[in-house]
Amino acid sequence: MARAEAAAAANNEADLASGESREPLDPTSVERLKKFYRDMLLIRRFEEKAGQLYGMGLIGGFCHLYIGQEAVVVGMQAALKPEDQLITTYRDHGHMLACGMDPAHVMAELTGRITGYSKGKGGSMHMFSREKNFFGGHGIVGANVPIGTGLAFADRYRNNGAVCLTYFGDGAANQGQVFESFNMAELWKLPVVYVIENNQYAMGTSLVRSTAEVHLYKRGASHNIPGEAVDGMDVEAVHAAGVKAVAWAREGNGPIILEMKTYRYRGHSMSDPAKYRTREEVQEVREKHDPIDTFGAKLVQRGVLRADELKAIDKEIRELINRAAEFAIDSPEPPPEELYADILK
Amino acid sequence: MTQILMPALSPTMEEGKLAKWHVKEGDSVKTGDILAEIETDKATMEFESIDEGRIAKLLVPEGAEGVKVNAPIAELAQDGEAAQPIAAARAPAPAAAPAPAELAPKIPSPLAGQVAPRSGAGEGATQRSAPSPSQPTTVLASDPAIPAGTEFVTITVREALRDAMAEEMRRDENVFLIGEEVAQYQGAYKVSQGLLEEFGARRVIDTPITEAGFTGLGVGAAFSGLKPIVEFMTFNFAMQAIDQIVNSSAKTLYMSGGQMGCPIVFRGPNGPAARVAAQHSQDYSSWFAHIPGLKVVSPYFAADAKGLLKAAIRDPNPVIFLENEIVYGRTFPVPKLEDFVLPIGKARIVREGAHVTLVAHSISVGLIMDAAEMLAKEGIEAELVDLRSLRPLDTATVIQSVKKTNRVVTVEQGWPICSIGSEIAAAVVEQAFDWLDAPPLRITGKDVPMPYAANLEKLALPSVADIIAAAKSVLYRA
Repeated sequence: MARAEAAAAANNEADLASGESREPLDPTSVERLKKFYRDMLLIRRFEEKAGQLYGMGLIGGFCHLYIGQEAVVVGMQAALKPEDQLITTYRDHGHMLACGMDPAHVMAELTGRITGYSKGKGGSMHMFSREKNFFGGHGIVGANVPIGTGLAFADRYRNNGAVCLTYFGDGAANQGQVFESFNMAELWKLPVVYVIENNQYAMGTSLVRSTAEVHLYKRGASHNIPGEAVDGMDVEAVHAAGVKAVAWAREGNGPIILEMKTYRYRGHSMSDPAKYRTREEVQEVREKHDPIDTFGAKLVQRGVLRADELKAIDKEIRELINRAAEFAIDSPEPPPEELYADILK
Repeated sequence: MTQILMPALSPTMEEGKLAKWHVKEGDSVKTGDILAEIETDKATMEFESIDEGRIAKLLVPEGAEGVKVNAPIAELAQDGEAAQPIAAARAPAPAAAPAPAELAPKIPSPLAGQVAPRSGAGEGATQRSAPSPSQPTTVLASDPAIPAGTEFVTITVREALRDAMAEEMRRDENVFLIGEEVAQYQGAYKVSQGLLEEFGARRVIDTPITEAGFTGLGVGAAFSGLKPIVEFMTFNFAMQAIDQIVNSSAKTLYMSGGQMGCPIVFRGPNGPAARVAAQHSQDYSSWFAHIPGLKVVSPYFAADAKGLLKAAIRDPNPVIFLENEIVYGRTFPVPKLEDFVLPIGKARIVREGAHVTLVAHSISVGLIMDAAEMLAKEGIEAELVDLRSLRPLDTATVIQSVKKTNRVVTVEQGWPICSIGSEIAAAVVEQAFDWLDAPPLRITGKDVPMPYAANLEKLALPSVADIIAAAKSVLYRA
């Protein structure tokens, strides 16, 4: 928390200098801000623990951590109603936690146990919760985008007023089926918000090395889909953009694209040494733009939370995550009969 | 005098209806003038003149059905020959117009022969060999899904498919049809004819040409509980969307520990059509049959097309429904029942016999029926198994038959490597080895991309002669 306090001091000076107006501290917004902080920290601590368990051999295969990108999903999910849906690709742990799925059962899926959301048969990249309207968790880059568009199609078909948030990365943005989805979504005015989490690297290939037009919010231009670039390291900016975008889609205006400028601190997956960028680059983001530290500092500075309250939240979350990890380690593996279960309904 | 011939307006057209003449005898026509409207089994097309002259004689009356491709339909008098008698003009016809059999799309002739006559069909329709319309009725009569005394109506496979969709759409508001040209165009192969009118644009949805996109969209809609019928114009184009079919639709139930489900039907014509070459002529049966999490259905008869498509639409799993373009226009009896639904995963014994088991699905069922007729003339009684479903594959019915006949030949249009026949042969060897009196034989499409040239295309496909030879071979008869 020392970093948060330092950042708070720095921000305080900056704010005084710029004369930025502060949000009035009404109880609703205070609760929302606290929840932002708590949810982001929950994801951070969860992912750190997942990385640790991976190192211990308790989590296998591919494991893509969301550390650094927490503000995106936390800000966006807060803009949704319970009946709205979300879908994402394989860097999905944060999305599950942000939509209210139980960290213990998410972690148990990572450790391949029967208590996992997919009974241990999906793993890190393939988890779902019908209850929370979380439609995965998809391992094929970009393939979730037409599916999310189809969820929005179903909302329109039922005329239920719901919206689908379809998340994908800067890498997926180059997949052909993303453009196919954009075309249909605008043609049929489907209630879908495309959230491009631009963390600058498609695995090891930087945006400039892979993408002719690096401003991904312009990706819908040839389909007449409006787009906006958002500071994805600022949960309040994300939330504000999310509220507007969701309203746009809900009101029948069709799709909208939000390009979230964000950053992942860890490698693409646990096995990625991330040699394609410098340590200094990562360090720079961590120190100056960390979504949790900067937001924590703002909360202190605005008087929403005291530094010791931030610490208390952290302690509570660490304990929660430790219990989740214990649950995930202690749960049994799926019994052999699960091998042939749930192939067909 | 120039003869104007009935044109072939689609790769599979063998005959058509002269729906309307736009000219009358004595009219002068120029190149590009519309002469007539011709109705194929897929569409009504305008037919233009490629010559200039005066219409001397209309040889086919307006409204005539079953006019064979390349049959003379009018005579055109060109400069200075206006007075030539019609009879004289007709004389050179055989030379000027090659026999229809040579120019018509090269479908193996026994198949062509199975197209049942349409009412008012021309003389050519009598060439058909087998089966007689009563034969499938006999087959169907023993179907437990059809109560005794049920009335039958004779319709095309195309109509049976449309009726199945319409009935299910009436029954369940969640069922919708999506694909290229399914709505306003009435279906590229006219399968969805009339559905837009009845159900409207909300439930019969034309898409852009965007297979990966609309397949994924359908999968998403199915995840949320709707029941999409996704039409591929042909299954060749489904390769653009194979990832969504395999990775998204088939696996998600399993990967979600049973939480999700994908009640979706992917349907459209599969397998070689006629003269459309390699990229449009491929049988994907074994591709899809390979995938756990999918069901795969490939019927031949209209009744099965209807009963199984209704079952596929109701099924809570993704179902691949493989149709066949050449079979669309064939007519068969369909039971007149309010709600005729057949179980997926059951083969049908089409004909009983003691000497050899012939196994096929889709259009190849027509081939084994023809082969059986000819074998019977030589005293060989073939038992015919129409697989109908490829996943689950009803190996039990095949094994039971083989234990009776002790011999088996499989027939399919797909390639030989890892084919449906390969799977059947393996199952028979594993489960009925001691009953076999000869090694199982597989008749398949040849192991080549489909060639365009008519003669090569014919060589690439299984023929009745191939089947007869194989049947005799497993019986050790010359």
